[in-house]
Amino acid sequence: MISDLVFYALAGLTVIPAIWVVLSRNIVHAGFALLFTLLGVAGLFAYLGADFIAVTQLMVYVGGVLVLVLFTVMMTRVPQGNRPMRGVDRYVPPTLFGLAVFVLLYRTITGTDWNASITPASATTAEIGTYLMTKYIFPFEYVSLVLLAAMIGAAILIRESRFGQNDADDPEDPEVPEDNGQEVQS
Amino acid sequence: MTVGLAHFLTVSAVLFSLGLFAVMARRNAIGILMGVELMLNAANINFVAFSRYVQHSIDGQIMAAFVIVLAAAEAAVALAIVLAMFRNFGTVLADSVQGLKR
Repeated sequence: MISDLVFYALAGLTVIPAIWVVLSRNIVHAGFALLFTLLGVAGLFAYLGADFIAVTQLMVYVGGVLVLVLFTVMMTRVPQGNRPMRGVDRYVPPTLFGLAVFVLLYRTITGTDWNASITPASATTAEIGTYLMTKYIFPFEYVSLVLLAAMIGAAILIRESRFGQNDADDPEDPEVPEDNGQEVQS
Repeated sequence: MTVGLAHFLTVSAVLFSLGLFAVMARRNAIGILMGVELMLNAANINFVAFSRYVQHSIDGQIMAAFVIVLAAAEAAVALAIVLAMFRNFGTVLADSVQGLKR
């Protein structure tokens, strides 16, 4: 059946790069593999009939978060060199714990009667918009506050004169115009 | 076997376990953040799948949208912390940053 094949293709597109994200020693490769995982998840959302969430996933994750991650990777480049291969025993506890969590989840998934039935897919954007303005109006406003706080917090965190002599020199006026010039240059 | 709820939950469980492994095993702070993103995506798949197959309403999708927004905020703040860490310590390896100050 063709839709099953589509599902398995999307699942492979999600899981196989995710393995590469986790295991790759090169963080740049991991970042680009994350791109395919996020695309696969967006495809799974579309397969589930959640068109709005799929497009949001594309715009926010692929267009925003992933670009941020890759920029940070490039700005924090550590010289690769030939780092000593670390002992395999470091990977034993995460592997065991991850496998244990997966086995627990899988046994729960297969052992539970979910009483599942499919609902016919329909366009969801209008309904989501209505819900966001009525039933979920308070979470909607709170999340806008969270975004504002995150934006201000991130801007303060990466300010050039966060630590160092500028704070000690003029603690009463940390935002002199020369600081702005330095920030632009950096 | 036709594709049903269990298939989506299994994919989500695989993603979650991989993300958990990355958070525990990776030394690079950005790699740890990627693991967190994988786990959040796994949770989102669960939300949308349950809203389609079990609850038959759209609440799960709205919750997934909120999770996406919060994940974006989390990524912005976490990457700002990573950049500050790189500026102050010269490394992004999480286990070589052990003090609260230089």
